[in-house]
Amino acid sequence: MPRLTDANVTIAKEIIGRYPRPKSALIPILHLAQEQDGYVSEDAMRHIAELLGITPAEVYGTATFYEMFKFEPVGRYCINVCTNISCQLLGAWELLEHAEHHLGIKAGSTTDDGMFTIEDVECIAACTEAPALQVNYRYRYRVTHAEFDLLIADLRAGGLADEIPPHGTLARVRQRTPQNWADTGRTAQAEVDAR
Amino acid sequence: MTDTPTPTSYTVPGLVPTGPRLITARFDVADGFTYDGYVRTGGYTALRKALTSMTPQQVHDEVRTSEMQGRGGAGFPAGTKWGFLPPDVFPRYLVINGDESEPGTYKDRMLMELDPHQLIEGVVIAAYAIGAAQAFLYVRGEMALAQERLAQALNDAYANGLVGRNILGTDFSVDVTLTWGAGAYIVGEETALIESLEGERGMPRLKPPFFPAAKGLYMQPTIVNNVETLSNVPWIINESGQAFHDLGAPTSTGMRMFAVSGHVNRPGVFEVPNGITTFRMLFEAPEYCGGVRHGRSVKAFIPGGASAMWFFDEHLDLPLDKPTVDQAGSMLGSGAIVVMDDRTDMVAACWRVVRFFARESCGKCTPCREGTTWLERILKRMLDGHGRADDLATLLDVCESISPGLAWPPRQTTICPLGPSAVSPIASAVRRFQHEFEHYVQHGRPIDGVERHAIHGAGAHV
Ligand SMILES: Cc1cc2nc3c(=O)[nH]c(=O)nc-3n(C[C@H](O)[C@H](O)[C@H](O)COP(=O)(O)O)c2cc1C
Ligand code: SF4
Ligand code: FES
Repeated sequence: MPRLTDANVTIAKEIIGRYPRPKSALIPILHLAQEQDGYVSEDAMRHIAELLGITPAEVYGTATFYEMFKFEPVGRYCINVCTNISCQLLGAWELLEHAEHHLGIKAGSTTDDGMFTIEDVECIAACTEAPALQVNYRYRYRVTHAEFDLLIADLRAGGLADEIPPHGTLARVRQRTPQNWADTGRTAQAEVDAR
Repeated sequence: MTDTPTPTSYTVPGLVPTGPRLITARFDVADGFTYDGYVRTGGYTALRKALTSMTPQQVHDEVRTSEMQGRGGAGFPAGTKWGFLPPDVFPRYLVINGDESEPGTYKDRMLMELDPHQLIEGVVIAAYAIGAAQAFLYVRGEMALAQERLAQALNDAYANGLVGRNILGTDFSVDVTLTWGAGAYIVGEETALIESLEGERGMPRLKPPFFPAAKGLYMQPTIVNNVETLSNVPWIINESGQAFHDLGAPTSTGMRMFAVSGHVNRPGVFEVPNGITTFRMLFEAPEYCGGVRHGRSVKAFIPGGASAMWFFDEHLDLPLDKPTVDQAGSMLGSGAIVVMDDRTDMVAACWRVVRFFARESCGKCTPCREGTTWLERILKRMLDGHGRADDLATLLDVCESISPGLAWPPRQTTICPLGPSAVSPIASAVRRFQHEFEHYVQHGRPIDGVERHAIHGAGAHV
């Protein structure tokens, strides 16, 4: 099982440098691990513990609180259908049922070919565009059943690869640590420690 | 993707351009989210003005004069909150709450995706006013595009000397770190957000003593403000606090973003003057919702997100300003209006909101952890046609132990308001539509004439 690659260790160290205390970098680095492997492996969590100087149990303890972290491989595309109130009012359950039928799986599971996972999720802040869904956290609005089928066909054919990276990748732009980084983080912490 | 007609003038899904626009004006500019687009349309002039011609105290005074209420939920005036920082305790931090996940709420994501520089400008000005050398911009994990746009915007702002060391050549420096969550509604609560930012499970802290302004991030003084709140700051600095105060209602100043969703002909996000009535947005003003679908009537509406008590048709004429809505027994919350027409199944609607809270309870307090799950199970049982004779009494009994008296504002047996929030939909729906619950229990199905949903499987714990 994979640890973080050298390139990702470099990124992780840069992230750690932005916080007064290393543990604050934990969630961003867990995302980095998920971006690398599509899920968060046990080895990655051990490696992260080493990088942050905390125990693997602490890493696991935090990671399991948050719904986005997956501890086993999931589909290349995670389709999150919102069924919360505004979407329920405008046909979200019917859309979810259609999605399950179309892909031949139940919400919470993955197709045999490892392409798709469907989930029934809480409000994704697109309530005026109901029913709404996300594919790997990219939005689709006012989705009809026919449009759902087209979306799946497009994803299968690789037609949306530019817009929707594989599961685990969120922002494709990282904050850079610039030359003039004021370094206040660590000086701030030094002030606290001095007390 | 749409199967209802949408006016072609919408350049952004969900946004309806109308009226004076303080913070949504740039949404119409195709490249408004880029550095060039922002600067071309007057961006970063407020920052220059603040840093080169005003003292931190003067900036703070403008915000105080504006009497802008926080847009994250509690509606506490931002200027007053900033004043709670203990003098001379450093370091102190600014934390920006971009965790938007209250059901019905859609506006912070829009602000982050479409005008990230406006937010960053507001953040740097606020940091200057409160004397913070470091700010953390916490974006909800599920918002990939918002994270991407903010990362790019921060990189560009740093490169142009607008964030970081010696901003605009002055001796003011602040670093802004973009950070993000990983899927947990409770992290929107400010002390839980701080826990999360410290790398912990996102569980709220007890207030008192842990009011962030006194003991926040790393136990240092911390101001937590919502994205929409801080996005208004550049306008206030450019135009003055008094100009802001002149807009909206005297008791809820300025403009405010409302998301109107549910059974309306044209759901959308509007920047409207505080104090507008729901009636005006739903029926009267042609630029807004265009009425309820199929000419139906309003059975109930939620005025301020899933945590709020529900309103009914007699509340349509209430001005949406804080004291009015508070007094009527609900809250403006996060500016989220969810409209349910006369064919809505109240038990199903109630269940769906309760399931949300049951799923999102952090588990720290027993009444919330156990109680919300109970509530969800009982309601689901009713929906599935297996309701029991005493279910309604049990529901109210469980509500009572989470929030004694079912009063508004809710009394709390819990650490944070999430538990009592789960009581709101039940207290609202049972009070008004008790017969619908009883009908489910007696006949195993809803009353005639309501729309059924293909709800399947999924309870609170999936
Ligand atoms: C359960 C719960 C969830 C919350 N979620 C959010 C949220 O998603 N975004 C937000 O800005 N405030 C949220 N709040 C309110 C914050 O605790 C805090 O009051 C707010 O961020 C302060 O910013 P403001 O004063 O600018 O409104 C939530 C509060 C509670 C109790
Ligand atoms: S009320 Fe619920 S969400 Fe809030 S701290 Fe208690 S258990 Fe957690
Ligand atoms: S209720 Fe579905 S996006 Fe908000």
